[in-house]
Amino acid sequence: MPLALAAILLGVLAGGPWLPQWAMFIVTVAFARGLVALGLMLLLRAGLVSFGQALYFCLGAYAAGALGRFLGIGDIALEMLAGGAVAALAAFVLGFLLARYRGIFFGLLSLALSMILYGLLVKNEALGSTDGFNILRSTLFGIRPGADWVRYTVMGCAAVVSVGAALVVHRYLQTPLGRLAPAIKDNEIRVEYMGASARYAVHVKYVIAAALAGVGGALAATTVGHIDPDMAYWTSSGEFIFIAILGGTSNVVAPFAAALLYGLIHTTAYDLSPNTWQMSLGIALLLLIVFLPQGLFGRLGWR
Amino acid sequence: MKIVNVTHGSFYALGAYAGASLTGVWLARGFPAPLSYLVLLVAAVAITLVFAPAIERGILRFMYAKDEVVILLITYALFLILEDVIKLIWGVNPYFIAEPYALLGSFQVAGMAYPTYNLLLVGLAVVFGGGLAWFLAGTRTGKLLRAVIHDPEVSRAMGVNVERFYLVTFTFGSLLAALAGAYTAPTVSVVPGLGVEVIVLSFAVVVIGGLGSLPGAALGAVIVGIVRSLSVHYLPQVELFVIYFVMAMVLALRPRGLFSLEEPRRI
Repeated sequence: MPLALAAILLGVLAGGPWLPQWAMFIVTVAFARGLVALGLMLLLRAGLVSFGQALYFCLGAYAAGALGRFLGIGDIALEMLAGGAVAALAAFVLGFLLARYRGIFFGLLSLALSMILYGLLVKNEALGSTDGFNILRSTLFGIRPGADWVRYTVMGCAAVVSVGAALVVHRYLQTPLGRLAPAIKDNEIRVEYMGASARYAVHVKYVIAAALAGVGGALAATTVGHIDPDMAYWTSSGEFIFIAILGGTSNVVAPFAAALLYGLIHTTAYDLSPNTWQMSLGIALLLLIVFLPQGLFGRLGWR
Repeated sequence: MKIVNVTHGSFYALGAYAGASLTGVWLARGFPAPLSYLVLLVAAVAITLVFAPAIERGILRFMYAKDEVVILLITYALFLILEDVIKLIWGVNPYFIAEPYALLGSFQVAGMAYPTYNLLLVGLAVVFGGGLAWFLAGTRTGKLLRAVIHDPEVSRAMGVNVERFYLVTFTFGSLLAALAGAYTAPTVSVVPGLGVEVIVLSFAVVVIGGLGSLPGAALGAVIVGIVRSLSVHYLPQVELFVIYFVMAMVLALRPRGLFSLEEPRRI
């Protein structure tokens, strides 16, 4: 797995300069969404579906945006750090509540939390209300790349961070705590009998997932250059879940591959018929659940 | 039915659109306005019969054996599809029908004008809620339905036509949503996105009350209604926030909602 990840990183960095601008945009956004889906995958392995991952995506984006708006900082690395940190902190606090729930209640409660953030942002004039606000032009470690190179720089950072995160998660999956996930999904009481705390394990996974989503949000913010409360809306969470179950839970590359595929489908479907985009997504989701219940790369494993 | 049904929001919107457009035509042709209440009813029933059985027979019935979470995903997918279907049929322009609303006028309560139509809505809700409670607790069919939901397999072994129960229950539930939509249509402008708004609110209502509990839903609706009006009155910035805050609080204290039974844990 580390070799495959290194190959992907090298491929993106070396091949990047030859990609057209729009392709770089799609790839970068795919990395951002893939990070969120990677976190969702961690939770999915424990049988938990978070319908509110957009909460941390949006928090990360707004943390990145706030850096620029109030402190005048547009540094990509700092933005991602801030996004991840804010999201992880929020998840740490909320985790005490959420780690008690499983199944449908976990999903609905996380959905509710993301809608709370949406409700707050929509009514907040200082943060641009429903319009959101623009992000500063990206710099990296104090250097401002030339106009033609901005996209490439952002994409490069996205690739480095995503591959790093994938590597860390890959390692985590092999630790005892990471291996608890399928056990929690199978039978939680037996996990407790073994002397492990399911609640603690879920809490840890939840914080990791949130941090990943926060970094993804910050990344999406600098790439798109604009943020608004819709990032926290529940349809946005639905997209992330779609990506996560499209990829399946067998390995850490799957979420990113699924995110790229999703980006391509989105772009094509929008191109062909912009007014029925939701319908295309819905139909794809139905077909996916019926005919590919394991996800593209296997082992989703629910009934 | 142990289904968390996102499609419900679509039926609310479908009912509203069908009610608004059919009543619009009815009034434009110059038919008597007082009968428009009946037209709203007909519209809701018709639109439900077009969509609900097709969805239940065509898709949902293959999914009952799956995880609750998977069913939630499926209804979410259906919801996305229906959202666009609505846009394809009715376009994106808002519909207004104020006649049924204006017709009844208003009356005075403690010096404030209150529209009679809203009173009618409250009455309808009470009638339907009470009727449903009586049906589930007091009639043979209602008791059978509860048995089917509790254990479809044993019910089938006892000779109950489980498939028909599922079909009728889903259709009837959707009909209630469509009726709610149709009778709310005169008080609002019918626009795309109506379904999302109502589903976001209804989820808070049922989760506060406890999933699958009728008195819970009624109490949840009252709580959400009061909290929302209070918030709109005193602190309009936090309207949506307050509703979900209440929901999060309730769940923190009563993990499965106010009116819920303990579920046995699997060992």
